[in-house]
Amino acid sequence: MDTIFALASAQGKAGVSVIRVSGPLALVAANQLCDRPMAAKGRGLRVLTDLDGRHLDEGLVLSFAAPASFTGENVIEFQVHGSTAVVSSLLDTLSQLEGLRLAEPGEFTRRALENGKLDLAQVEGLADLIDAETEAQRRQAQVVLAGGLGKLAEQWRLDLIRAASLIEVTIDFADEDVPVDVTPEVTALLVGVASDLRRETQGVKIAERIRAGFEVAIIGAPNVGKSTLLNTLSGREAAITSEYAGTTRDVIEVRMELSGLPVTLLDTAGLRETDDHVEGIGIELARKRADQADLRVFLAEPDESLDMELRDGDIRLSPKADMRQDLAGAISGKTGAGVDQLVSHISDVLKTRSTQVGVATRARHRDMMLSALSSLTEAQTVLERGSEFYDLAAEDMRSAIRSLEMLVGRVGVEDLLDEIFSSFCLGK
Amino acid sequence: MKHSDFDVVVIGGGHAGAEAAHAAARMGAHTALVTLTKDGIGVMSCNPAIGGLGKGHLVREIDAMDGVMGRVADLAGIQFRLLNRRKGPAVQGPRAQSDRGIYRREMLKATESQDRLTIIEGEATDFIMSGSRVAGVCLADGCEIHCEAVILTTGTFLRGVIHIGDVSKPGGRMGDRPSVKLAERLDSLSLPMGRLKTGTPPRLDGRTINWDILEGQPGDDDPTFFSFMTKGLSAKQVVCGITHTNENTHEIIRKNLSRSAMYGGHIDGVGPRYCPSIEDKIIRFADKTSHQIFLEPEGATDHTVYPNGISTSLPVDVQQDYVRSIVGLEQAEILQPGYAIEYDYIDPRALSLDLSLKDVPGLYLAGQINGTTGYEEAAAQGLVAGLNAAAQCLGKDPVLFGRANSYIGVMVDDLTTHGVTEPYRMFTSRAEFRLSLRADNADQRLTPLAVSLGCISDERAARFGKKMEHLEATRQILEENVFTPKQIAESGIYVNQDGNKRTAYEVLAFPDVSFSDLIPLLPVCADADDVTRRQLERDALYVHYIARQEKEIAAVKRDEGYRIPPDFDYSVIDGLSSELQQKLTLARPETLAKASRINGMTPAGLALVLARLRREKKLQEKAG
Repeated sequence: MDTIFALASAQGKAGVSVIRVSGPLALVAANQLCDRPMAAKGRGLRVLTDLDGRHLDEGLVLSFAAPASFTGENVIEFQVHGSTAVVSSLLDTLSQLEGLRLAEPGEFTRRALENGKLDLAQVEGLADLIDAETEAQRRQAQVVLAGGLGKLAEQWRLDLIRAASLIEVTIDFADEDVPVDVTPEVTALLVGVASDLRRETQGVKIAERIRAGFEVAIIGAPNVGKSTLLNTLSGREAAITSEYAGTTRDVIEVRMELSGLPVTLLDTAGLRETDDHVEGIGIELARKRADQADLRVFLAEPDESLDMELRDGDIRLSPKADMRQDLAGAISGKTGAGVDQLVSHISDVLKTRSTQVGVATRARHRDMMLSALSSLTEAQTVLERGSEFYDLAAEDMRSAIRSLEMLVGRVGVEDLLDEIFSSFCLGK
Repeated sequence: MKHSDFDVVVIGGGHAGAEAAHAAARMGAHTALVTLTKDGIGVMSCNPAIGGLGKGHLVREIDAMDGVMGRVADLAGIQFRLLNRRKGPAVQGPRAQSDRGIYRREMLKATESQDRLTIIEGEATDFIMSGSRVAGVCLADGCEIHCEAVILTTGTFLRGVIHIGDVSKPGGRMGDRPSVKLAERLDSLSLPMGRLKTGTPPRLDGRTINWDILEGQPGDDDPTFFSFMTKGLSAKQVVCGITHTNENTHEIIRKNLSRSAMYGGHIDGVGPRYCPSIEDKIIRFADKTSHQIFLEPEGATDHTVYPNGISTSLPVDVQQDYVRSIVGLEQAEILQPGYAIEYDYIDPRALSLDLSLKDVPGLYLAGQINGTTGYEEAAAQGLVAGLNAAAQCLGKDPVLFGRANSYIGVMVDDLTTHGVTEPYRMFTSRAEFRLSLRADNADQRLTPLAVSLGCISDERAARFGKKMEHLEATRQILEENVFTPKQIAESGIYVNQDGNKRTAYEVLAFPDVSFSDLIPLLPVCADADDVTRRQLERDALYVHYIARQEKEIAAVKRDEGYRIPPDFDYSVIDGLSSELQQKLTLARPETLAKASRINGMTPAGLALVLARLRREKKLQEKAG
């Protein structure tokens, strides 16, 4: 059984962040980081350092001995200062330890269930959460893969399936009229996919494509004050980190922090019927971006029918509060009326969700690609040894395909069980 | 007349039926095998060969459970070839041409000499029902046989229709009567059914084939047998011939396509994509100007030759024409024309993993009736049904095979989870844990199970025990002895001078290192016998890959281990959507692993099922 770890508290700035480690090596791992050893059971204030002895933080460390813990295994909890820097360097350090790995989403909970630590009532309560989480992950995968990466991933999968089928033909139909040596075509396919993967995993592109933050789209008819609201929002409670035009001039992205969470606000083209071709493209894009966003803020008159469906967590407000009598549910970017409520509303929704789509999402996507790449590299080496070793090459390709399927969020037949809780929040 | 009663009655003496009857009897059940005639036991109605890729694995697994197919195939083998000999052992499949006559004779002999097994000649026409339960079998002569469990292995007999060109007539295989009455009884059980087809080539008279101008295909010099018990060759060995179709052959077939039963629109059933008729090959691969044909003698003394690769449903005169257009067959006489056969199968999703019908207690199905094709697939199902029918009678737990321990488990899981869309045949690529499920280690995987079930001869158990003793002793020596890179290099084996010490077993895992290469390094190895050496080489070859798969295997095994009782009530699970409740209630998965493969199953739903299972188990433990 691996020892797993993850951030157990909500992502983002907070007073305290909790990092949980569970498994046979939990205590050993803790003692590699702590200035003084921890007892098998107990708690204490410790100075935490990385493997090179550099100071990370000072925090409270809790040690639970199996089976008296959340998961039923040995568990260590680090309670450290809730800064992104501290948390990520602590996670980094843990990942460098032999036998430790980042938990799959929901893995703590699955272990707890396996070890009889959850009763039915608790599981029923959690079921809704799992469902919500599954949905959130699917959406996350959609967002990540909506761009070029998605197309690439699908092409990789097709190429690998083609390569695997060539190999399988020589294996399963060896006594028939089939080609004996398919190495050149298979190698070409593998080299292509591997070089794509190498490029994608090397830094920049991933960072570009996989957003760490949440997207909040402001939508509504033209001239309801969307841009004014955006400007107001970004001017208070928020630090603008960048402002630039989107892929077309019609979607403006503003990155900011909202109550400690990274958020990208999207100002979209006003939705309306139009004959203007260019404006039509802009509106189409606005719809698409809004659809993929984590949250939508609709600015619309109370009796106005919305152009898009209102989803769970979405916010609907009446525009231009400064020009109306009834201020309930209304907002004005101009006067600032209702803006504070909106900010706290958005951050409430996103905080709840941030427990669902964690830091790990990005790390996981990258891990999947790296693991696919390493399988492919292995497959190429094995292929060079000749058709006698096709069975090994086939196994490496199977691993690579599995990794890519997890990347695109496709649940394979035999993977589904691991997905039981894998859609579950990290460290829950 | 009334027969004395039995625990298990098997209907049908084909490959599924024979294996089922033997398995039930070995388990200790008093078993009757009902067959139209004794001569029908072990008949090879299609090509005269056993084994192949994936199929050879199945035969090895049957043998590891002390089944009959492997032993009989070895006795009847007239040409042994290990397919994929030049590839890794995981994908090597033993195959043998069989002497049809010897095979039948030996299967009958084995069946007659099996304790607790009685052969009854007769036609089963109906079941004796006790409520919804099958409690016996009625024969055409009026006899009634009462029993605890019935295994139905009637192959293509269910509403079988034979097509030769535009002529069609009811029939099972050539010359046999279809069982209409039984089919009507099955209808009354309202089981989900479908229709499939399969075909055979014309049989040729070997004396009219010009062998001299044909390329010969001899067997292997050192034959690989199916049975772990077989010591050497029994039957006289033969050489097969190879020839090819040509443009002229294709032209003849193309011109007469409308007269083919299949292309003339007489057949609705779905045929297998991997075993196309010659008509299919010519239409679907129009750019290929030649197709390979293996000329397989049906016996060392039998003149019949089975031309593998040209199955057809064309009329007899066209068959004659196209056969004679082929090199070496210019004068060939057709002994029996090729034909296509259509038949009913029962959707195997109606079956549990023990191959009993979920809705008809006491009735097990095995073989082609479940939508499979092939002797080996049939026999493997027969084994599963036989073991389980006997286990049921004797009050033992079901004997279940899993995806992580056998091809048998892969097949049964595929069938009962996904059903079939074409006749199901085993391939090695169906097994995701192919590198661990090898033909060479079938005994290591399954014989311990057979020993624990008591369905194995003392001789085999003793021999297996001894083999394992040698294997483990030598493996231990290899694992305990550790060497520096310098020592390894000095013994003549290339190794990176990376400072890492390695066990002798790790050295054996190097590419191109054979067992004998270890002897200079570890002289005590020289004591190991050949079987042990070969086995450890194969195990070591895959050791890294298997270690990597271990977690996956453990996960599958764990989820296969969560048994869901058949009467599990999904409707009481709060939070489970009514759609999923319906699907689960309908499919009645027997394990959590199977539940997870149900289309539309959600992670949350599985969590709820798992939690409910655990609670019920706890309650039972408290109550118990």
